Amino acid sequence: MTEKTDLLRRKFLKQSTIVSSVVAMPMILTTNKASADPVEINMLAWYGHGEPDVVSEFEARNNVKFKPKYYAGGDNMVALIAQSPPGTYDIILSDGEFVQQLNESGYIEQLNADDYPFDDFLYDDFTQFPGHWKDGKLFSAMVRFGHLGVSYNKNHVTAEEAMSYQCFWKPELAGKVGHFDWHLPSLGMMSLYNGNAKPGPFDIDGGAWDKVQETTMSLRPQVGGFFDYGGTFNSLKNGEMLAMCGIGDWITGVLEKDGAPVASVVPKEGGIQWTESYCIGKGSEKAGLVNQFIQYMLSPEGQVRSAEMAAYPGFCVTNGGVSALQAANMTEAQRTGQVEGAINNPIRLIEEGRIHYRDIPQRQSLEDWNDFWSEYKNA
Amino acid sequence: MKINTQKKAVGRIGSKVDGYALTWRLPVIFWQLLFFVGPLLFTIAMTFFLVKNYRMTEAFEMKNWVKMMGKGYFWDSYFLTIGLASLATVVASCLAFPAAYALAFKVSENTRRWAIFFLIIPFFTSYLVRTFSWYVILAESGVVNNVLGWVGLGPYTMLNTKFGTMVGYMTLTLPLVIILQTLPIANVDRRLVEAAQNLGANGFWTIVKVIIPSARVGLIIGAVFCFILSFGDFVSPYYLGGSKPPTLPIMIIDTTKSGQQWPRAAVVAVIMMVTLMVVAFASIKYAYRKKS
Repeated sequence: MTEKTDLLRRKFLKQSTIVSSVVAMPMILTTNKASADPVEINMLAWYGHGEPDVVSEFEARNNVKFKPKYYAGGDNMVALIAQSPPGTYDIILSDGEFVQQLNESGYIEQLNADDYPFDDFLYDDFTQFPGHWKDGKLFSAMVRFGHLGVSYNKNHVTAEEAMSYQCFWKPELAGKVGHFDWHLPSLGMMSLYNGNAKPGPFDIDGGAWDKVQETTMSLRPQVGGFFDYGGTFNSLKNGEMLAMCGIGDWITGVLEKDGAPVASVVPKEGGIQWTESYCIGKGSEKAGLVNQFIQYMLSPEGQVRSAEMAAYPGFCVTNGGVSALQAANMTEAQRTGQVEGAINNPIRLIEEGRIHYRDIPQRQSLEDWNDFWSEYKNA
Repeated sequence: MKINTQKKAVGRIGSKVDGYALTWRLPVIFWQLLFFVGPLLFTIAMTFFLVKNYRMTEAFEMKNWVKMMGKGYFWDSYFLTIGLASLATVVASCLAFPAAYALAFKVSENTRRWAIFFLIIPFFTSYLVRTFSWYVILAESGVVNNVLGWVGLGPYTMLNTKFGTMVGYMTLTLPLVIILQTLPIANVDRRLVEAAQNLGANGFWTIVKVIIPSARVGLIIGAVFCFILSFGDFVSPYYLGGSKPPTLPIMIIDTTKSGQQWPRAAVVAVIMMVTLMVVAFASIKYAYRKKS
């Protein structure tokens, strides 16, 4: 009887050891795995910036994983930050004109200017980009930019016609002019068409603003629709829209590479520049890693990744980036004018005074412009 | 004495049934309070809040109501949305009725089951995907215009028009309306139909005088669903109608996108809710009205 009890006890001990080992195994494995888990970096950005074509190399090299949250529009970005606790976003990609607001609200950390290749920047203005510095302190680093102007279908609008916003009123384009559904770029273009180049299309008095509204309203019969990114992309691709107001190569570039007969130009009245800059989110515990990432994006290889970004292309901001792009993909460098002497060279256009930085209205409220946009859409 | 015993028994059973029913009702009540009444009250409260520096701040101000009610474009959108939703309701109801009638009266039980199954299948895929697929069909270089081109017609502009919006609404609502119409029509008492025919009514008058009145409740519920879904739909008027001009759901998005005016968007949402409630209650009351 005792022997039988001993056997049972031994059997019980043996079986329970096996069972506990099996039960504990996932925990042991998880613990081992946990030490190898990549560090998560929360990114707030326009669509595409956290995708593998941009970040995979940096992720692999530094054992990090980007967790992107995408927004559409600067005020959407500010609102997302405003409604989240400090430290929610480690890295923030901001439109250039919104950096000042982020800084004033205390949403971003100060950066060390020595960490970035400002001496290699293509254009002096970019090193001191408006709103990126305050009291000699740097808060954001510009990483890419692009130009907005006339985007058109080459089978229906000639390159010569596209050199003026006047082409939007071409009778043959009735119902075929589309708008990217964001008021700032489109109204900025109408302002440029009215000749408000100095001090800038967004810095206009009441009389000029009235005229901008009048001009914009006169375009309404030509308008075939108001679209988001997907809609703009599709309507240009399938020929539903033959000209588009409020965009540039950041959309037509993707389609052009895909063989669609579309292009974008900066017309004679001038174009608008979009600017994207990286900031470190206030309270981020991964500021060091984020800083490394910003350095990577400003390095020649990072600049190439940015210039060739699958979601939407952008211009390089450094000489090193341009050289690397030419070495890696001369076709793209030539297509976008990022070669010496090109007629559409982005820096040449800026130096000719044809480019104006996108901004928020300086003498009217953002609400006034937005209200008019709603009225315009309903007209 | 016997009657008293029966009454007591009924009373006991009644009280037991109440407790049982209440237990089963509680989750639904709790769900509705948590996910409908609560958010609705919060949305109403939000209409009085203010936005300062892109952040919503609690307040009790009428500014948002005054602002939205005073804008002509709001009322243009409001009447446009009602108009489009009403048109979609009429079109869907008319298109659905012959199909529902055929399924209820003209096909076998087995065929009806299969047909309903196929009507449900579209709901397995995303509505957004189904909407985008219309681009290929309705574009000027799309399938429809290509076919029309063979007989020397077109091309016609169908995308970014109200016609496009209507196609999207039908994609969303038509299968559902057919199902909702089929069930009550199939339940119409066949003896009434036979009686009408025996009394000399032809097919048309049988439908008008017997089938439609008998299936009235189901037909109205189908129409109400169509109105509710179309009235609140963002996808079709935006992607197939080109947001030209915008409907109220698009206005909600626009309002939140620019300036983060969630309180003003809440005003639009509350007005939409009130409109839908008025339409739904009026329709249900009409459906269940007693014949004089």
